[in-house]
Amino acid sequence: MTQRIKFYQTGTLAVGNRLLDEENRTVQSTPERNNSLTSGHRACQGCGEALGARYVVDVAMREAGNKLIAVNATGCLEVFSTPYPESSWRVPWIHSLFGNAPAVATGVAAALRAKGRVDTRVLAQGGDGGTVDIGFGCLSGMFERNDDVLYICYDNEAYMNTGVQRSGSTPPAARTATTPAMGQTKGNVFGQGKNAALIAMAHFIPYVATASVADLHDLEAKVAKAMGMSGARYIHVHVPCPLGWGSKPCDTIRLARLAVETGLFPLFEAEHGEITEVTPIRHKVPVEEYLRPQRRFAHLFGKSADTHVLAAIQQMADRNIENFGLSG
Amino acid sequence: MHKPFAITLDIGTSLANHTGSWRNERPVYVDLMPPCNHACPAGENIQAWLYHAEEGDYEAAWRQLVTDNPLPAVEGRVCYHPCEGACNRGQLDEAVNIHAVERFLGDEALKRGWKIEAGAPTGKHVLVVGAGPSGLSAAYHLRRLGHDVTIHDAGPMAGGMMRFGIPKYRLPRDILDGEIARIVDMGVTIELNSKVSDIPGMMKDGGFDAAFVAVGAHLAKRTDIPAREAGKILDAISVLRDMETDEEPPLLGRRVVVYGGGNTALDMARTAKRLGASEALVVYRRTREQMPAHDIELEEALDEGVILHWLTTIKQIDGTTCTVEKMKVDENGWPQPTGEFETLEADTLVLALGQAVDTSFLKTIPGVAITDDGVIDVDGNMMTGYPGLFAGGDMVPAERTVTVAIGHGKKAARNIDGWLRGEEPATRADARVAGYERLNAWYYTDADKTVQPALNLIRRQTTFDEIHGGLDETNALFEARRCLSCGNCFECDNCYGVCPDNAVIKLGPGKRFEFNYDFCKGCGLCAAECPCGAIDMVAERM
Repeated sequence: MTQRIKFYQTGTLAVGNRLLDEENRTVQSTPERNNSLTSGHRACQGCGEALGARYVVDVAMREAGNKLIAVNATGCLEVFSTPYPESSWRVPWIHSLFGNAPAVATGVAAALRAKGRVDTRVLAQGGDGGTVDIGFGCLSGMFERNDDVLYICYDNEAYMNTGVQRSGSTPPAARTATTPAMGQTKGNVFGQGKNAALIAMAHFIPYVATASVADLHDLEAKVAKAMGMSGARYIHVHVPCPLGWGSKPCDTIRLARLAVETGLFPLFEAEHGEITEVTPIRHKVPVEEYLRPQRRFAHLFGKSADTHVLAAIQQMADRNIENFGLSG
Repeated sequence: MHKPFAITLDIGTSLANHTGSWRNERPVYVDLMPPCNHACPAGENIQAWLYHAEEGDYEAAWRQLVTDNPLPAVEGRVCYHPCEGACNRGQLDEAVNIHAVERFLGDEALKRGWKIEAGAPTGKHVLVVGAGPSGLSAAYHLRRLGHDVTIHDAGPMAGGMMRFGIPKYRLPRDILDGEIARIVDMGVTIELNSKVSDIPGMMKDGGFDAAFVAVGAHLAKRTDIPAREAGKILDAISVLRDMETDEEPPLLGRRVVVYGGGNTALDMARTAKRLGASEALVVYRRTREQMPAHDIELEEALDEGVILHWLTTIKQIDGTTCTVEKMKVDENGWPQPTGEFETLEADTLVLALGQAVDTSFLKTIPGVAITDDGVIDVDGNMMTGYPGLFAGGDMVPAERTVTVAIGHGKKAARNIDGWLRGEEPATRADARVAGYERLNAWYYTDADKTVQPALNLIRRQTTFDEIHGGLDETNALFEARRCLSCGNCFECDNCYGVCPDNAVIKLGPGKRFEFNYDFCKGCGLCAAECPCGAIDMVAERM
């Protein structure tokens, strides 16, 4: 694969760089960033979701000229950022039920339109539980009506806040509190769960994308692009969870990167139901490198390991690489 | 404040919640020793000058460079660049072409006439004997420190082995002259054709407070080769010297055999080629791997058609016929005779068997010790046993290269300065080397090394034109930006961006970052994601 060298010292891969032109730097690299989710929040050490929310909401704020209302489903993000009486949000923010954030966001957008406040934009956010499972009916409705909301799902692949229960986004073989590593099939089963981004595409909404906390330039570009559009838009952001995945806090970004580099989490963009852009894998790595540092996959390694499971996960990654054309 | 029903607390920001108390490890910014700096015999802070070159601020880069090395245009050409062998980028794709950027900066300085100011006068006067790389380097650094310097050199021109040992095709003389002139412009007096025989006497009579001696190693080593009918036998160091001083180039004939395996042997053979020899043979008694010559020189010599005979000794010479014996390596790596003989035809045999130091004028100085290898013994501060007399370069025990000599000059100057002031010179605080394992190499894009243009082979074989061209402004910038900045922050903003807790404070361009320990939870993401390994995680005391 030939790779165009955009910038020599670090590529465009570091968050910023003193040598980059101002317009090529990320929002996060500037001291003017909004810090929409500010210090003092109670997320665990190395929380991928806190990082993802900081990245997403700061770009959305810039793109909206700081006129943004955020709707937040129940979940980790809501719990750790707003334990009464403290709030970490520096953005108008409203907490919804677990399952109705898309509906509340629709209502906020309708209210703004009714009041003639067309300059104020609406962002809704939730975890994979609130999005892929519980809030999915509301979300599908929001898509189908093409309401003017950008919905962000921070996917940490289980219900982490309530004690790591399986969600519709939990990957096969992963151990959770409800899919223990015991019995005939250890961990989560194969062939279930759902790909929310592909289902969102099936609604033919203006914009769908996947993003990762490991590639900030890519994530910011996608949020900025979505903010430049109107109608229903959906971005699915992969955010590792040290607590639920049993990984080291300092490995959060490394794991997010490995998820992309293995092919397990493809990065793509779609407009009106058609994939328009995929981010090619720079250095392909076997899935084992991604799985091994996570205790939720510990049963795949060691003496009594079932190598078929590892091979099946590798097959999933390979299929993604082929289906999405990730080899560049 | 009036509160709604069942509400008792005032609402406020989470900034009241100092999550720093969760931490059991704290991130700390460090500045480590990059491997290139560590490998540089002249102690150049390569990472630091590349940092400026990356921004296109070539003057700042050059000024950083010359705080350690006064001869970058020379060094960019003749140094065997151990820095590049140590460069971490070599494990990613290819080492940064450091010497090419150094040369570019050196040439820019000459082109633009950048000057260096001498330091505030101290009133001290130092004698330097020898105007080679070591003596010039010492004189330069002493001038920067404000001392007066007078150099005495026995030769007709300054430069030492840079002029009389290194051929023009590797080091054009206008470059050498330009860099020496810049040192002279700092107020260094150079007395040429002035052989010093009594250093203590001269120090006393001339009012010198200290002296640095670096006369190099100019005496060609000989070997006894039985000659039935004496052929023409020369020594390489004299031939190379004659190339500089004589108007007529030395007559070597059509077939030239050079005996030896060092850089001088190869320089000699390559010079012979350029003087019109159709055959230039190098005979060396050991193997290619054991040759003291550097690989680059060997490769270039082979390219130019120099023929190498490894594991061969010259037994006898009879007119133009050399009898050589094949050797084999024993279990200890030493060559042993095999009894197989061959003959080679040679119009001239040139010996390049190494050089010795003329120590005769130092033997009588009380306290000066001479080692078994015939070089001057110095302590860790480069001082001989005679108080105030320092020595360096080829005449002390070390590898004999221009870069080592320049490093000696710097080290001696700093120690002379310390000795004159009665204090120890400062040393670097954190000398840990930033190895490849500290880097997060994912952040660096693959970028191939920029190759310098080279002269075509025919012109290399027939002229003394410089072989390698320089980089220009655009590709020098590209090359400088390939630096990974190992162990030293280069302000990529990664720590600032990846902190989930907004606990990194950006201080602005050139000022780097600071941690806000009130909120840092100690997750270690900043350290893990720092591309260049400039953050350490340190355990908190509980």
